[in-house]
Amino acid sequence: MDIATHVFSALYQFGDAFAFLVLSACGLAVIFGMMGVINLAHGEFIMCGAYVTAATVHAGLPLPLGILAGTLVSALVGVVVELAVIRHLYDRPLDTIVATWGLSLIATQGTLIMVGSTMAGVGTPFGSFQVGDYSYSIYRIVLFCAALGVLAALYALFNWTRFGVLARATIQVPHMAAALGVDTRLIYSLTFACGAGLAGLAGGLYAPTMTLVPTMGATFIMEAFVTVVIGGADVFLGTAPAGGVLAVVKSVMTSWQGQLFGQIGLLVAVIIVVRVLPKGISGFVLRERT
Amino acid sequence: MTKSVLRGLRAAALTGTLVFGSHQALAAENPIKLGVLEDQSGDFAAATIGKVHAIQLATEEINKAGGIMGRPIELVAYDTQSDNTRYQEFMRRVLQRDKVDVVFAGFSSASREAYRPIVDQFNGFAFYNNQYEGGVCDGHMIVTGAVPEQQFSTLIPYMMEKYGKNVYTLAADYNFGQISAEWVRKIVKENGGKMAGEEFIPLGVSQFSQSIQNIQKAKPDFVVTLLVGTAQASYYEQAASANVNLPMASSVNVGQGYEHKRFKPPSLKDMFVTTNYIEEIDSPKSKEFYAKFKAKFPSEPYVNQEAENSYLAVYLYKQMVERAKSTKREEIRKVIALGDVCMGAPEGKVCIDPKSQHMSHTIYLAKVGADHSISFPKVWEDIKPYWLGEAGCDLTKKDPMAQYTPSNPPPKP
Repeated sequence: MDIATHVFSALYQFGDAFAFLVLSACGLAVIFGMMGVINLAHGEFIMCGAYVTAATVHAGLPLPLGILAGTLVSALVGVVVELAVIRHLYDRPLDTIVATWGLSLIATQGTLIMVGSTMAGVGTPFGSFQVGDYSYSIYRIVLFCAALGVLAALYALFNWTRFGVLARATIQVPHMAAALGVDTRLIYSLTFACGAGLAGLAGGLYAPTMTLVPTMGATFIMEAFVTVVIGGADVFLGTAPAGGVLAVVKSVMTSWQGQLFGQIGLLVAVIIVVRVLPKGISGFVLRERT
Repeated sequence: MTKSVLRGLRAAALTGTLVFGSHQALAAENPIKLGVLEDQSGDFAAATIGKVHAIQLATEEINKAGGIMGRPIELVAYDTQSDNTRYQEFMRRVLQRDKVDVVFAGFSSASREAYRPIVDQFNGFAFYNNQYEGGVCDGHMIVTGAVPEQQFSTLIPYMMEKYGKNVYTLAADYNFGQISAEWVRKIVKENGGKMAGEEFIPLGVSQFSQSIQNIQKAKPDFVVTLLVGTAQASYYEQAASANVNLPMASSVNVGQGYEHKRFKPPSLKDMFVTTNYIEEIDSPKSKEFYAKFKAKFPSEPYVNQEAENSYLAVYLYKQMVERAKSTKREEIRKVIALGDVCMGAPEGKVCIDPKSQHMSHTIYLAKVGADHSISFPKVWEDIKPYWLGEAGCDLTKKDPMAQYTPSNPPPKP
């Protein structure tokens, strides 16, 4: 095998791990990283997106539209959850843990009772391609591009649009924003819905590649939380480098010693980063910049 | 609704108890209590809800026909939530508080090893109605599922002859996967093959890109997949989309998690599974069982081998109690020691081996086609669970209450 094959395979594995980390985490980066709501039901928003995507695809919609439907339904569920539960708990961060954990149990068990223990998959599109001795799934490249696209869109949204400025202002100093005429309740709702929708998008994108079961959200939640915790408060400056660092650690460790060591490496990296940079990577970057 | 009924319902709701199948006409009699600890939610639920339904079906049939020695069966069922500590908690509860006569419990081997010491401690009597990695030599346990000498010593030589001698194992990283992989290694070596590689996957992992590449690098002739739980089942879809295109062999897939029904074809193409039952088996007894099951549970997604194991276990228990004229474990084991506890199950004839208290089985080799249809290229009848007996476990003489493996066999006397 020549060098190019090795390089490509390493890049592919890095991109694959990066996509999974970033897509799992971006919704949580908005809800937890930015808004400070410790959302333990994050996995269930992902599950919701995946289920809606699969259901609409089974009903005859093409996959991209199915993913869009999954994203929108999750965002809608996010609005309802925010209005009913989260809104009352913004100044009680510890209580949000209990409330969202309860929501996650209700969502998992409710899905099991109403939809059944499994849902038929939709099949991965696009097929595969060959590089050297290895064959790769094209859809995985799509996932990597989607992760980059989501990061770019988040950067644009929070830095270049009026909504982004209002959202950042509202979350940093809510009473000042309100005094300047911002409808802070609306902004909170929309920001939460944005996070929930991103979770739904991750679910929709991964739906073709995974088993669809009520507990599927749990497989995302560890990666999502570690990425956000070491990323810190800024959605773009946190999630992107955190995803990059963790993806390198994970793909190198996994290719060297297997999946178990990939997970161990991931957690050790998190412990080190949190110890050295208590405000996360974005806290470090922003302090350097000012 | 009267007040007392309401109170009863509330008590049932509060304790999480659901008592099924008590037949009105027989309810006055002293019922035989059968504890059911199975995962009705959590990661394993897809494969195990059918076990609970199968037990309910058998109980209903037996109670309609007059119960066991005129006594109705009363089920005491708890949802163990795919959680090992729940097994320990509920096992104590059914043995100490509910005082059941027998317990049907467990899917994963981790859960079985979690509750088995409690069954031993309180002198309980448990059925493990599940295929597993083998080796449990415990007089308190009866195992109705298939074991490696039944599933692997048939499957692996067949695969090696058909596809080649380079074998790669991808297994779940806990006692089931580790010990099963040891069996694969042993059988591959005995048949002159070699292991191209092995990887163990932690439970709950759902992303397999790197594992897929490792397999392609090792260039095996076929892959033995011993993946457990719904998260790990994502492997098939991901391997298919990366065009791995290798034949697969398994003792757990299809027969437990009906992956061929859940995933879009052709992701499970050329998967070979040795199982003692799946709903596609085309024999009159199998069709009859399947029809009865679907009549009672029309929305059941699949009738798998563990459902059949659980179903036949209720009838087997009935036969043993009736022959022993007692529900006492010691009396029942005297009947087992006679060596002729057999019955006609949906899969065919099965018998209990007195030395190990495991079951003989008809083993079907199921092949998944490109359209995910099932064919049976080969059937082995009456395969005995011989390994424990040959290795030196003899429960009619001595009860070590231990689990053995090929590398850790029973001590020689």
